[in-house]
Amino acid sequence: MTPTSEPTARLRPGEGAIARLACLVLQPVLTRVVRRVAARHPSLFARLGPHQATDFLIDPVELPFALHLRPDPQALVFRAVPRDAAPQAGATIRGRFLLLLELIDAEQDGDAAFFSRDLEVSGDTEAVVRLRNALDDMDGSLAEETSAMFGPAGRAVLARLRRAYPDATKPQEYA
Amino acid sequence: MSLAELICPAGTPAALRTAVDAGADAVYCGFQDTTNARNFPGLNFTPDELAEAVAYAHTRGTKVLLALNTYPPAGKVDLWQQAADTGARLGVDAFIVADMGVADYIARTYPGIRLHLSVQAAASSPEAIRYYCENLGVKRVVLPRILTIPEIRQIRSEIPCEIETFIFGNHGLMVERRCSLTNYLTGQSTNMDGVCSPASDVEYVRDADGSMSSQLAGFTIDRFGPEEKAGYPTICKGRYTAPHRPEGYYAFEEPVSLNLSRLLPELIEAGVHAFKIEGRQRSKSYVRGVVRAFRAAVDDIKAGHEANIADLIALTEGQKQTQGAFDTKKWR
Repeated sequence: MTPTSEPTARLRPGEGAIARLACLVLQPVLTRVVRRVAARHPSLFARLGPHQATDFLIDPVELPFALHLRPDPQALVFRAVPRDAAPQAGATIRGRFLLLLELIDAEQDGDAAFFSRDLEVSGDTEAVVRLRNALDDMDGSLAEETSAMFGPAGRAVLARLRRAYPDATKPQEYA
Repeated sequence: MSLAELICPAGTPAALRTAVDAGADAVYCGFQDTTNARNFPGLNFTPDELAEAVAYAHTRGTKVLLALNTYPPAGKVDLWQQAADTGARLGVDAFIVADMGVADYIARTYPGIRLHLSVQAAASSPEAIRYYCENLGVKRVVLPRILTIPEIRQIRSEIPCEIETFIFGNHGLMVERRCSLTNYLTGQSTNMDGVCSPASDVEYVRDADGSMSSQLAGFTIDRFGPEEKAGYPTICKGRYTAPHRPEGYYAFEEPVSLNLSRLLPELIEAGVHAFKIEGRQRSKSYVRGVVRAFRAAVDDIKAGHEANIADLIALTEGQKQTQGAFDTKKWR
């Protein structure tokens, strides 16, 4: 299987520095989120099978950075990475940020998002299918759980995010 | 009027709970092995998960049907028999089977558990269906998607068992159970390994202009333009060029989903006992949306009202839907 290439979006001048700063700020949050998910949903690792060791690149098209996930229960990795420093991934999943979040929360159907071309996958398709099935077997809402970790401020951010993404629109990509 | 049971898919325990909560009369599922026709990576149930699922469903009045609907290689029936033993021990309400040997084992070993004949058995004539009923005690047949409603009504009058038809979802019929296209390219069998287009052999390649190519085992089977809707990476729904069709065309079938929501009243009147929603490989979101829509529609019809059918086009393959052969033999 061909390793996936880097994210396709290109950076505007100055965005590299913004991306690096955003990654630094986000990292403690991401670490907390992934540890919490692993603790609350241990069964998802069994569904990942051999792809616990796969590097996934999750690429929210409208954000200036991507997310690197390696769902190894012994050495979890979930970090924001500037696009120009993204690792070579076994599989890449690409779409608008809220769509990716809603897929995890089973608010959207992954096949439907693929049919409509709002979701793109590349690299090891089996890895993507396993990750999708593992996440789909989680009860509850990752978005709600994560926002609740940060109290009223977290919930306000989530609400604002949802208002910012009307369902039927696709955000502008960096071009 | 028929019972009009809704038979709903579940690829994971969470999807099963979703289907039950959304109003399924029965949920069908399978184990994590080759004994079922959705043997996909990361999908399906362990025996422990199935035990919990059966308890959850039965507490809420929902049945659980175990799909053992693939064909064992000759002489290698142990896995299918063990799966049947486990299902019986866990209290499933019926087995969905295709292979006569598997059906015979269950009929002899567990005569108190219902046998449903899978669509994979491709039984489409009264004579074939009666054979299964009389010799193996089959209580329900899932009809191949090649029959019109008048033909279903006629078959119903000539067989001693219930009829189940697909009503929504993937519409890859070809000649049911005889598809060897995946096997030809990947070496894995849809019918015996339970994998159509195994994910390990699928690759999507994005081109610089935004087009996307679907590849199976290294062969390009379709290429979608930047704004074009996509379908599953199955050979039967691939688009090919040929000397007489250099522009590329769907040689076998098109990426399209079955949606019989508008034919529900006629199907119920024709005596169909149960309606199957395809999609064990789909998400909880799909299960929730489709099951809720059909629950409401069936309940409306049973109450004597006109069904208010929800728009499910967004969940269909290629965002296209058809009534297929149920509407006319001229389909495709």
